[in-house]
Amino acid sequence: MTGQTPLIRCDKVTKRFGGKRVLRDVSLSVSGGEILSLVGANGSGKTTLLRIVAGLERLDAGEVWLGPVPLSAAHHEIRRYIGVVDHAPLLYDRLTAVENLQFFARMYDLAAAEDRITRLLHAFELWPRRDDPVRTFSRGMLQRLAIARAILHEPPVLILDEPDSGLDRESLAMLAGLLAEFRRGERAVLISTHDRNRAAAWSDRICELREGRLHPITDLERSEQ
Amino acid sequence: MMDELTGRGAVSEKKSGFAAYLRRVWAVAAKDVRTELRAREIVVTMAAFAVLAAVVFGLAFDLRVPRAELVVPGILWVIVLFTGVLGLQRSFGSETDRGTLTGLLLAPVERSAIYFGKVAANLLYFLIVEALLAPTLLILFDVNLAQPIILLGLLMGTLGYAIVGTLFAALTVRSRAREALLPVLLLPVLAPLFIAGVSLTAVVLDARPAGEAWRWVGILALYDALFLAIALLLFDLIWEQG
Repeated sequence: MTGQTPLIRCDKVTKRFGGKRVLRDVSLSVSGGEILSLVGANGSGKTTLLRIVAGLERLDAGEVWLGPVPLSAAHHEIRRYIGVVDHAPLLYDRLTAVENLQFFARMYDLAAAEDRITRLLHAFELWPRRDDPVRTFSRGMLQRLAIARAILHEPPVLILDEPDSGLDRESLAMLAGLLAEFRRGERAVLISTHDRNRAAAWSDRICELREGRLHPITDLERSEQ
Repeated sequence: MMDELTGRGAVSEKKSGFAAYLRRVWAVAAKDVRTELRAREIVVTMAAFAVLAAVVFGLAFDLRVPRAELVVPGILWVIVLFTGVLGLQRSFGSETDRGTLTGLLLAPVERSAIYFGKVAANLLYFLIVEALLAPTLLILFDVNLAQPIILLGLLMGTLGYAIVGTLFAALTVRSRAREALLPVLLLPVLAPLFIAGVSLTAVVLDARPAGEAWRWVGILALYDALFLAIALLLFDLIWEQG
């Protein structure tokens, strides 16, 4: 790593749904060890932008780069370097916590999977419930397991779509601690959230999506929140 | 090309080769089967439908057909086809309903590995249902389907059905009208398989020359190979993005 190349770079990304332009020439970059929060009203295009960066949504114009790799030309192996926490937990509710993580470990060809799964379940305080079906979990536990799933393969790029949604105070504190750890671990983190105060607390930079365009929020504006 | 990313400490390893591919196929299939063993929402529904349909056909044709061998091939394959649609609806439908499809699509695996995992699970479900259907037809119509060439034809026809059906289930899964769309799109494509399956079963039950039955086995093999190639070519494109 040169220290110069951002791990996430969006270059004039445009996305239309039908006739409506949801994203207009959106450009941003996130370097390793940096957390960028996206804020904006419902329907402002936060989730669409995150899905485009995750390679889950096609863009109409522009390009997304992960490190030096343009996403449009990337092999499926590029997904190995991305971790995503979505609105939905992306977990199988009939499987146990361990079985869910084992399944994704197999899909990612994870080395020393059992050790890593054990460490994550302990770290997220889910070890005592490891053999319970995920459908018996509370919202907070589900979200913790969803984050564990997203970082199971230690991706350098993390995309978190409203990770604070439905979390209790304890889980929020755990999430804040985790984000601080991600920053120290030189991961590039892109978060969307409704809560500007949390965005200010968590991130190095905040941008607002308004009418499809990205507006950086300055330190002064942040302090006014 | 990815050095700048790989230097960032991802612990997953890129494993290529056929063995790694098969492990991913197995992971998807095993996950589906394990989920089904707990949920019991696909096989139980399919089996109940198959037995009920056989009983309905039994009532419909009772005392009106001089020889049951005349109708059993058609009954067998009609039930196999309609029962299969029920299972196929849930194959990817349950992933979209529970929001887990995104997790699968985020995995750094060939889309075709996900597809073949689903094909394997569907094939297993179909075969379990057929294992129940054959004795049911024996009881209702006194026709023994447990004959090697019929079983071979049933296996090959079911394999072809799983290959084509899983492909179409993936194609229609993002449609809001997938329940209606899947059978409408699927059944015409299955027509050659259906005709070959019915003909093969009829040839054996009528004790016609074995060469005729083998011709239909060959047609089924050709159908399976053709759609396997089509699925391999198409599946990565179907789900590439958005």
